[in-house]
Amino acid sequence: MGERFQDRHIGTDSVAQLEMLSAVGYDSVEELVLAAVPEAIQVEPLATSTIPPAATEREALAELRTLAGRNTVRRSMIGLGYYDTITPAVIKRNVLENPSWYTAYTPYQPEISQGRLEALINFQTMVEDLTGLDIANASMLDEGTAVVEGMLLARRASKSSSNVFLVDADALPQTKALLANRAAAVGIQLHETAYDLDAADVPELDVFGAFIQYPGASGRIWDPSAVIAAVKAQGGLAVVAADLLALTLLKSPGELGADVAVGTSQRFGVPMGLGGPHAGYMAVKKGLERQLPGRLVGVSQDAAGHPAYRLSLQAREQHIRREKATSNICTAQVLLAVMASMYAVYHGPDGLRRIAQRVHAETALIARELRQAGVDVRSASYFDTLEVGVVDAEATLAAATEQNINLRKVDATTVALSVDEAWTDLTGATADLLGVFGVEAKEGWGEISSRTVREFEVELARTSDFLTHPVFNTHRSETAMMRYLKYLADKDYALDRGMIPLGSCTMKLNAATEMEAVTWPEFGAIHPFAPEADIVGYLDLIEQLQGWLAEVTGYDEVSLQPNAGSQGELAGLLAIRGYHHSRGDQHRAVCLIPASAHGTNAASAVLAGMKVVVVATNDLGNVDLDDLRAKITEHAENLAALMITYPSTHGVYEHEVRDITDAVHAAGGQVYVDGANLNALLGYARFGDFGGDVSHLNLHKTFCIPHGGGGPGVGPVAAKAHLAPFLPGHPLAQRDTIGNRTDADLPWHRNIVSAAPYGSPSILPISWAYVRMMGAEGLKAATGAAVLAANYVAARLRDHYPVLYAGDNGLVAHECILDVRPLTEATGVTVDDVAKRLIDYGFHAPTMSFPVAGTLMVEPTESEDLAEIDRFIAAMIAIKAEADAVAAGRWPADDNPLVHAPHTAQAVIMGDSGTDEWAHAYTREEAVYPVRSLIRGKYWPPVRRIDQAYGDRNLVCACPPIEAFAD
Amino acid sequence: MADKTTLQYTADHEWVFVDGSIATVGITAYAAEKLGDVVFVELPEAGSSVAEGKVVGEIESTKSVGELFAPVNGTVVEANDAVVSSPELVNSDPFGDGWLIKVEFTELPSLLSYEEYSKLVGE
Repeated sequence: MGERFQDRHIGTDSVAQLEMLSAVGYDSVEELVLAAVPEAIQVEPLATSTIPPAATEREALAELRTLAGRNTVRRSMIGLGYYDTITPAVIKRNVLENPSWYTAYTPYQPEISQGRLEALINFQTMVEDLTGLDIANASMLDEGTAVVEGMLLARRASKSSSNVFLVDADALPQTKALLANRAAAVGIQLHETAYDLDAADVPELDVFGAFIQYPGASGRIWDPSAVIAAVKAQGGLAVVAADLLALTLLKSPGELGADVAVGTSQRFGVPMGLGGPHAGYMAVKKGLERQLPGRLVGVSQDAAGHPAYRLSLQAREQHIRREKATSNICTAQVLLAVMASMYAVYHGPDGLRRIAQRVHAETALIARELRQAGVDVRSASYFDTLEVGVVDAEATLAAATEQNINLRKVDATTVALSVDEAWTDLTGATADLLGVFGVEAKEGWGEISSRTVREFEVELARTSDFLTHPVFNTHRSETAMMRYLKYLADKDYALDRGMIPLGSCTMKLNAATEMEAVTWPEFGAIHPFAPEADIVGYLDLIEQLQGWLAEVTGYDEVSLQPNAGSQGELAGLLAIRGYHHSRGDQHRAVCLIPASAHGTNAASAVLAGMKVVVVATNDLGNVDLDDLRAKITEHAENLAALMITYPSTHGVYEHEVRDITDAVHAAGGQVYVDGANLNALLGYARFGDFGGDVSHLNLHKTFCIPHGGGGPGVGPVAAKAHLAPFLPGHPLAQRDTIGNRTDADLPWHRNIVSAAPYGSPSILPISWAYVRMMGAEGLKAATGAAVLAANYVAARLRDHYPVLYAGDNGLVAHECILDVRPLTEATGVTVDDVAKRLIDYGFHAPTMSFPVAGTLMVEPTESEDLAEIDRFIAAMIAIKAEADAVAAGRWPADDNPLVHAPHTAQAVIMGDSGTDEWAHAYTREEAVYPVRSLIRGKYWPPVRRIDQAYGDRNLVCACPPIEAFAD
Repeated sequence: MADKTTLQYTADHEWVFVDGSIATVGITAYAAEKLGDVVFVELPEAGSSVAEGKVVGEIESTKSVGELFAPVNGTVVEANDAVVSSPELVNSDPFGDGWLIKVEFTELPSLLSYEEYSKLVGE
């Protein structure tokens, strides 16, 4: 028996746990958790578990190798928005495999996130330049959902009263399915058109927007500017999905008149991974920025007047605007957006253009050789994709498989092929492809000038510049690139520096072994629509993981398709909607949501076509049962669902949860249990056993997928059998992995919520490895350690900060809320001051002002060791003492280490005026070395406190000129 | 602008200054402080008709969003362009340059006095 992984994953050993238990007043972890979790929901271990006994790290890797070996990597020409690409090794090693990038959190604390914020503003600038639009956000979840968001944006922003959205007949099939599923939920009518409208039709248009795929799914390139003008003339918005690589050669959507451009940045160096994760994008014309969904990075300034990056216009988002938000998305695809932006930084505009020209020329070469041999190449105008007429498409596909090539079947007598960067790097690939069509490569056949070839109208050739900012024209050598990535990573605080005690975020260990398989080509270089026979290992892994997740949550079926928690919520609510509709209960559309819920719940409910009714929360932070009963009675006829988070967003095991779920069921409603806090439950209670009908889980919280600085996430949706028919599937899925349903049961769009059938499969080996190496026992031990850590923090800090809310026996769950408001009242020191002062002490702040304004919510997780937890506790106590010193008059209210936090090295060396004068009421040492241990190792923030309002009032969302950084 | 003790108020933290048939509307200092740094203000266009109690605009800060409710039935005769271009006026001078809209009305609903409003916000 080898070394147990659980002893590496859980930070506290039995000796440390005994010490912590004595502070909390319990004899064992088991006793503590059983006292905290209401008895009525506790479960016994299953007699027969599908989760095998814990494997060692080596054993788990060996099993993953076996699974990987059952996948077949072929040369993919399938296209449809996914292309093989060459990830520069310097980016793979220094970003994708570097914990400084992948273990960071969403940059809500901008002072300690300047590195990835710069990388993201590079991403935005890249998208803005290539699309020719003014403002881009810092990533969407994938192209298909970005198109949906484009449609919803058009409806919000258009003055047209029409309810109709035009859809390009040549759109990607997964995009069409997504539009169909999502439009139906919010009552939008879709009208598919091949855009063969002539001028006479234009006045007849009555639409709020139109979608154009550019180039089309067939590869076709045409000039959509007349259609765009016609749509706009009657008050609609034009949404264009554009291929970023093609845009280096093609006129941009902005130049064609588009209002919104969307798409994916996958082919900029991010492996296909059977469909994800990749960063989608969205860019808009100026004037539409407040309508943007998702995260937007902007430039502001810090307390010293230096430029500094931050997230802008957050009031658009669901955590503030709730059911009125521009979208439900929150976690984006930061890590992948960083990779794509660095691909552009490394290659620069000339390098990208060269790659595009090579792809285009190789496609033209294939077309020429096939045509010369008499093959029916149907494409007239194209960038990288050809449609070819054949006698029997299946036979051609089979012949291609013989050559280790995957083509795409269009219909019985047509196949399509797409060329990509990786293809052009493969010696002999094109000769093999020609052989598939019975064409022999003759002497001199390979000569074609990549500089002059242009297989589309000259009017559509790009003449405008892009990526002119120095950042895209500087880091050409690998040394320079490596150092730029290190320079940025050094600015940021990630788990590789210290604890990130963010409540409701579960910043636990993302173990190196779990990350190993992510970059194996057998998982990375697989197209999402590859034949089933090529992905046997993947499907086994997916079905095993689904089974394990179903077991630990008490549900019957799981879909791994949702690629963020927000999408899991949406999928779950759409399943509830589908269920009610299937029973003729179309009127059941009221969704009850407690006032304390995360804003995403409300935003998701609206997108599922539901009406949000808020249920009051009582003084203890629990659902107000009387108000719940009153609301249920009031809406009984129309009740669709209750969304409840368990343990609650206040970090408490609500004692009455069974009463709550029973009351909803009695009125014919369904219970949605938000799984954000599952880390407090595994092994002790299951959603499905205490009344949950459906839940989403966050694999990026409980199951170790790293946060990536703000994505990727995976938000599987788990449900009871009666909802299983309505869980997400996919029209192009190789296998429907939800049991007991047949194609005949399902709508054509298969209730799809993500562009790819299995969401983001390339990161699923992480969660698979976690469960495999922990076993059921280890998962339970992790829950115990997490609950112990939170209760230890609460016990140790209770005398310094009131701990808000507790459940049975005065215990919290896996997180605790420290109330800073009494301190603010007594001393004037705010929760912001405490959060920023923690940076000086070498910590990432806990969650600020959620779920209660003026508080900090601390979630230590099971992975932190006692020394780190004690270091945090000591910092919080020291900060309290500093605030007391302000109250006592030792430091003025407007000049103390708290209000000026965080302190940069420059600030203490050069002073505020830059004249080496230190003109503060506290010393330099008090500023930056409040505890001695910091002298040996200190994280230095690169900027001082950032002015939030300045950035929103003066919105700049592109790379600032380098002169802005001159001192 | 008039002394805040002579203004009228709504429970939605708006103040109303009445001059003949024109009501000038803004948000109170208490509301501005609760919102935090205002970064964006969206107001109805002049000429649009508004109904008492209905949302007609938004006041957005870095951390929250407040809705502007019409305190009276009537027609907007002017929206404060200065506040749209400099939203910080809502924080710096809520009862003066930070006014939001002027509404022409025929009948004034019952509003709160300064004393009543002060009691409402516990001041």
